[in-house]
Amino acid sequence: MDESALFLVELGAVILGLGVMARLAGRLGISPIPLYLIAGLALGEGGLIPVITSDDFIGFGAELGVIFLLLMLGLEYSARELVQGVRSVATAGLVDFVLNFTPGFLTGLILGLDPVPSVFFGGVTYVSSTGIVAKLLDDLGWSGNRETPVVLSILVFEDLAMAVLLPILGVLALGATVASAALTVGLAVAVIVVIIALVARGGDRLGSLVFHHSDEVSLLSLFGLTLLVGGLAEGVNVSAAVGAFLVGIGVSGDSVSRARSLLTPLRDLFAAVFFVFFGLQTDPGDIPDVALAAITVAIITGLTKFAVGWWAARRVGIGRQGRLRAGSLLVARAEFSIVIAGLAASLAGSERLAALAATYVLIMAIAGPIAAKIADARRPHVILA
Amino acid sequence: MPRIEESALPGVGIRYEFNTEDGRRIGVVHHRTGRRELFMCEPDDTDAAVVNMSLSEEESHALSEALGGSTVVANLANLQQQVEGLAIDWLMIDERSPYADRTIGDARIRTRSGVSAVAVLRGVQAFPAPGPDFAIQAGDTLVVVGTPEGIEQTQEILRTG
Repeated sequence: MDESALFLVELGAVILGLGVMARLAGRLGISPIPLYLIAGLALGEGGLIPVITSDDFIGFGAELGVIFLLLMLGLEYSARELVQGVRSVATAGLVDFVLNFTPGFLTGLILGLDPVPSVFFGGVTYVSSTGIVAKLLDDLGWSGNRETPVVLSILVFEDLAMAVLLPILGVLALGATVASAALTVGLAVAVIVVIIALVARGGDRLGSLVFHHSDEVSLLSLFGLTLLVGGLAEGVNVSAAVGAFLVGIGVSGDSVSRARSLLTPLRDLFAAVFFVFFGLQTDPGDIPDVALAAITVAIITGLTKFAVGWWAARRVGIGRQGRLRAGSLLVARAEFSIVIAGLAASLAGSERLAALAATYVLIMAIAGPIAAKIADARRPHVILA
Repeated sequence: MPRIEESALPGVGIRYEFNTEDGRRIGVVHHRTGRRELFMCEPDDTDAAVVNMSLSEEESHALSEALGGSTVVANLANLQQQVEGLAIDWLMIDERSPYADRTIGDARIRTRSGVSAVAVLRGVQAFPAPGPDFAIQAGDTLVVVGTPEGIEQTQEILRTG
């Protein structure tokens, strides 16, 4: 077979495999992300069946995956929700950051990683998985519960924290000087604030610019704009992911639900490719070395995340059971942890960081939903779906 | 009527809820997708829902119809929300009104108050979009749309001329 035929066969086999994984995850009622990671680990170098040789295209697909993930994250909340969310849970949000960033950061240092990769691992342990939380809320019928708005507000806070954190990490990954790092980050934060203020006040300019009654026009305009802004952001060292996130925040109002339905299939495809690619890049041989550390930090940050949810729910007068649910709901880490670890790929010592992050996410993406289901098992509940 | 509390569920939608007389919390989550989720809580733990049920947009209209809620009023309320500063009102034509048995054009409502009469309700009959030569009778109800001040003026015009 010639090269392009081989490539198509390979790519087809991988994506078909992902389809099987997603189906299995649905059957088991878990998030497919850990399965994608395992697939990547198994198929890459040092894996069980190292079949993937041409990972240039997959690498590009993975890059698109990050862009789609962040664009959709930006679309997830309106500017008003962002502003209100930050106001209502500022204290809890900061406690969340301190309690969940620090264990990761310290673990990195203790393992002998440089301070910069350690900061990345702090980010990995900090951010909860919006995707898993949303699915659990639906599956367990928790949307009507009184603690739910608190939990969601904490996620909104994390979302904004990511907007600040990602440019910092991007600059750190390039090994820039402190002065230029401060400048870039200041620039990024200023742009974010301006965009949120404009959108919160001015409504839907960007949306009406991009959207059209034809889905084709809308999709091409939005996708093109996102790549353009992402590329420009990357050009001034603010990572394409942040650019995509800003476009997501900029699109608001009525056009958001259109954008979401247009982009969800693309996000699902390319995000899956991204998770596999991350697994491919990670050498399973590095895992035994970091497994103990990953398990320890998983237990610690499982408990600290639980504590944040418990405490935040207690502050608004939720009872014991509700605090249990709020705490357990936040435990899962998945997509954004991998995004953060993926940004570190160019760093020295990133192999161990990748192995650490992959192991950590494998544990937390499975442990999170289990914790929530245990918290739910305490009372009879009828979900008429 | 119990006070309906509204809370934002960022990323999910909006939740409306209230407490019933026997201490149960009951409410609806309006998901962004248009799906509605009905939920109910037990009096001993109002934090958690014990029954959840999903409804499509049409099904929730059907349910509120069956419960006796008027979807027409809800739709009008929606309309009012969409256009800020727009008010809709139902004005009864009194038999002492100078315009009973005269035409809408005679009252020159639009010229004098900027308000439009969009329909006339007479018994069980409705006349949408009445023209200026439409004769109004005592006992009719005029459905008018305009600014709140304009509607007040209209009320005055219909009463005193």
